[in-house]
Amino acid sequence: MYRVRLWAVKRSRFMESLYNRFNPVILTVMRGVTKVFGKSLDRPITVVEAGVKGFLFDCKMCGDCVLSSTGMSCPMNCPKTIRNGPCGGVRDNGHCEVKPEMRCVWVAAWDGASRMKGGDAIKEVQTFVDSSKQGSSSWLNIIREDANDN
Amino acid sequence: MTTNLTPDIELVGTNPGDPLAYLPDHVSFGRFERILRAGRFAVTTEIAPPDSADPDEVLRRAEIFDGAVDAINATDGSGANCHLSSMGVCAVLTRNGYSPIIQISCRDRNRIAIQGDVLGAAAMGVCNVLCLSGDDVSVGDHPDAKPVFDLDSITLIKTIRTMRDKAQFLSGRKLDAGPSLFIGSTINPFAPPFEHRIHQLAKKIDAGAEFIQTQYCFDIEILKTFMTRAVDMGLSERAFILIGTGPLASAGSAKWLRKNIPGVHIPQPIIDRLAGAEKPKLEGRKICIELMQQIKEIPGVKGIHLMAFKQEKYAKSIIQKSGVLAGRKPWEPSDFDFTRQVPTKIALEKAVKRKTK
Ligand code: SF4
Repeated sequence: MYRVRLWAVKRSRFMESLYNRFNPVILTVMRGVTKVFGKSLDRPITVVEAGVKGFLFDCKMCGDCVLSSTGMSCPMNCPKTIRNGPCGGVRDNGHCEVKPEMRCVWVAAWDGASRMKGGDAIKEVQTFVDSSKQGSSSWLNIIREDANDN
Repeated sequence: MTTNLTPDIELVGTNPGDPLAYLPDHVSFGRFERILRAGRFAVTTEIAPPDSADPDEVLRRAEIFDGAVDAINATDGSGANCHLSSMGVCAVLTRNGYSPIIQISCRDRNRIAIQGDVLGAAAMGVCNVLCLSGDDVSVGDHPDAKPVFDLDSITLIKTIRTMRDKAQFLSGRKLDAGPSLFIGSTINPFAPPFEHRIHQLAKKIDAGAEFIQTQYCFDIEILKTFMTRAVDMGLSERAFILIGTGPLASAGSAKWLRKNIPGVHIPQPIIDRLAGAEKPKLEGRKICIELMQQIKEIPGVKGIHLMAFKQEKYAKSIIQKSGVLAGRKPWEPSDFDFTRQVPTKIALEKAVKRKTK
């Protein structure tokens, strides 16, 4: 939801601390769940993630979540899906070149990042989005990648 | 004004149709990079690609800049309108000795197509590439097209750096020969979020951009603030920054530009000046010349990117009158003799053999 998304970015500092507190918990739970149930609960987990993050951030389930590096503004809402924005077309009022009624996702992102403790993460270059992960759960992707790395 | 031809012939070679000798610390074999690294103030411009398959039309459009610019940008479906491709324009230009900058936008192609085109461009003798996000399809003449945006401008820079520096594709698969391209990107200091644009410039340079061309500058004060920060952060030393500008035809067209071209910012006093002028077109060129002269004086600026949309025929006189080249005359095809051929080692060896026979 657009309104909720703007609200979340405005409270990026709060959302960040919430995220920092809950993310490890979620990931631990996920690790436990997948250990016991394997892949059988992937679908419901994905639905839950899509519901929660969809409500708060208009999450597009790219499966490659970078919210904490983008001021809590989901870059997949940018019509050009830019992961290192903004583009050069931002309007004078800070709205999007493509959708004039929407605040530029990246104006919001830099704004949100400036209020966050770890906001400097936005200055790092984000690498290529992995399109093969589209529609999958980033929670599950993170724990499985971690497990693969170890 | 005096024109000194000789020093630059040493710098750029007598026959730009041939590959230039390797110079240390240079990444390409092109003239544009040499001019910048030699500390010359550079001027670039852009060609409006024709809606035509006629190569002569490309040459006609390039010709009007002869002897006035160091490189010519070949736009890639700018404004999301369909035209002759930037690859096609570049191929025609390099065959005729010109030094084009191929623009690659992320709108129309995914990483597979782009990487193929990067190799293609380098094989055609293109030495410079400009990485852009691209205007959205909704603003162009095919709003029903599917936008791609697989990469963004920064990941595109990284892609080409990977291909050039590591001689491999993004997949890690090895290239037999990497593309020797001088890599650039764009920045728009004149659109929000103003205070963060400088960090975005830093990101582009971190990703590997070696030169930068900006959006139209009509507001010197914003530019000065931006450049002061760029100098303070050492960014103007890490990449060559060229500032975009251009002549406005009238108050009406300035307003149109401001309204319809994303990210173009024109301050009201400039529009008032055009509106009050007896000959607005002439006034527009005067404003452009003044802007160019002011831009050149700003610390950290290494060149100007002149976008003379629909006023290309005046570009040369604007550049000459502004004096930004300080009497230097960039290479022009009529000065030299060249072969209508893509320079390849094999072709060159054959030519040498023929000569020595
Ligand atoms: S203006 Fe902002 S949201 Fe719109 S396309 Fe550009 S970066 Fe994306």
